Amino acid sequence: MEAMTIQLEHYLILGAIVFSLGVAGIFLNRKNAIILLMSLELILLAANINFIGFSRFLGDIAGQVFVFFVLTVAAAEAAIGLAILVVLFRSRDTINVGDLDSLKG
Amino acid sequence: MPMMPDFSLAMPEIWVGVMACVILMMDLFIPGRDRVITMWLSLFTLAVAAWLTIRQQWGVEAVTFGESYIADNLAVVLKVSIYAMTALAFLYAQRYLKQRGLLQGEFFVLGLFGVLGMMVISSAHSLLTAYIGLELLALCQYALVAYNRNSQLAGEAAMKYFVLGALSSGILLYGMSMIYGATATLELAAIAEAAARSGDNILYVFGLVFMLVGVAFKFGAVPFHMWVPDVYEGAPTPVALYIGTAPKIAALALFLRLLAEGLGALQEHWQLMVAILAVLSLIIGNLFAIVQSNFKRLLGYSTVSHIGFVLLGLVAGSEQGFGAALFYVVTYAITAAGAFAIIILLSREGFEGDRLDDLKGLFRRDGWAALALLLMMFSMTGIPGTVGFYAKLLVIKALIDVGMVWLAVFAIVFAVISAFYYLKVLKIAFFDPVEDNSALQASGGFRLILTGNALAVLLLGIFPGSLMAVCLAAFG
Repeated sequence: MEAMTIQLEHYLILGAIVFSLGVAGIFLNRKNAIILLMSLELILLAANINFIGFSRFLGDIAGQVFVFFVLTVAAAEAAIGLAILVVLFRSRDTINVGDLDSLKG
Repeated sequence: MPMMPDFSLAMPEIWVGVMACVILMMDLFIPGRDRVITMWLSLFTLAVAAWLTIRQQWGVEAVTFGESYIADNLAVVLKVSIYAMTALAFLYAQRYLKQRGLLQGEFFVLGLFGVLGMMVISSAHSLLTAYIGLELLALCQYALVAYNRNSQLAGEAAMKYFVLGALSSGILLYGMSMIYGATATLELAAIAEAAARSGDNILYVFGLVFMLVGVAFKFGAVPFHMWVPDVYEGAPTPVALYIGTAPKIAALALFLRLLAEGLGALQEHWQLMVAILAVLSLIIGNLFAIVQSNFKRLLGYSTVSHIGFVLLGLVAGSEQGFGAALFYVVTYAITAAGAFAIIILLSREGFEGDRLDDLKGLFRRDGWAALALLLMMFSMTGIPGTVGFYAKLLVIKALIDVGMVWLAVFAIVFAVISAFYYLKVLKIAFFDPVEDNSALQASGGFRLILTGNALAVLLLGIFPGSLMAVCLAAFG
């Protein structure tokens, strides 16, 4: 039996699964706002997996450079997200997503 | 070997970046609570940036930094209008922030870093620069919305904006990874070439859809508009003014760079999608604006409907259409800034003044402010004599020139529907009895700026020629 090698499709499928998990996590989660932050990280990581997969199989280094920038941005984004979370908790004493309903219409 | 990048070409960005850091440091050592020096330094930074931009980049067409940065006429028009709108936001902000004890250097520094992000988007010539610029702008905006830490509404608006904004950036990034996979390059000119050669590859269409969704989120086009009214209502009014003006110009820049330049070969694919977004924005934006009782929220939905018009200009897909979209977004930003300024004028300590009822009898309380409001609302409706008329006219003309008559008719119908709620605002301000008879507190400076803003709407409506020529020259 021939040994199975990892092809580009496998990276793309993994990326697509992680991306879907992230998006589903944002829309299905009604409880904790921290889960939203985790889901956002998953989405960025999904794009990173794609970039690295393409970069490896196309033989072009630029994709991997892009990933370093994305990682930096993800860190900054998490920092801002947590800061907003703290502001929210201080003024409302809750980070329950379902309670964020005073702005509507 | 890579050549040394041409730093002089990117002087405006370097200047704004350095000055934002300098102002951040200097603000620590400035005594007093007025932050007057910080504000004037920020305005000085923007003025010098405008001079540098025009001097270094007008009439040039050059790329540098490994082909990831471009300087051309389009970038100059976008950047200079971004400086102007930001300066206006800074000038209007001072009184409101001071009354609430929010007047700190951070407001101006975050604003300037946001401007830097918008400049990078305007000059983006690779997927990487477009993404970095976008994130720099977005992160500043999230922080600005949460700027009033004691407000429950601001915290909620910031959280919603952050989650939806970060989601849209993620979707855009995922689309970029697809396009990278299809073309093996990040550079937009090379992407355009590759797309023209083999655009039928399924990866292109995938990437295009994801990127368009991301850009539509930044525009606030339906069905990705959920954050717009919430952020406008929840954020402090000067922040809403900042977010509602210059970043719309940056969103247009993002569209023009990524989709019009980079994926221009796929125009037939994106044209239909953008047309759907535009039509939905016109319908939802106008219909929801009718039932609002909060003026800021009404302006939020009205933004959505105006974005519909901007997108219609882009649907036309011709140089004339792009020029019309640019003219529309710039003049809309000027008008929206004036409308938000009226809300700032109505507010005082402990009172936001953002309900429609707060406008009651404005004409009798302060005729001058009511006249300014009249001009802004007329311009948003598109009544001749104000600049909004020419903006709509250009978009409709561009549509008819490429044979999309039905879309043009549709746009006109919804422009008429929009008159209903703009005139309702004017009816409240001019004909309803006065409820709150306190005088409006406004310094002479504030009145002067608002007068200038209103006159700009009026004069550009009578002599639109030069601005129009500049907008069209950007695509020449």
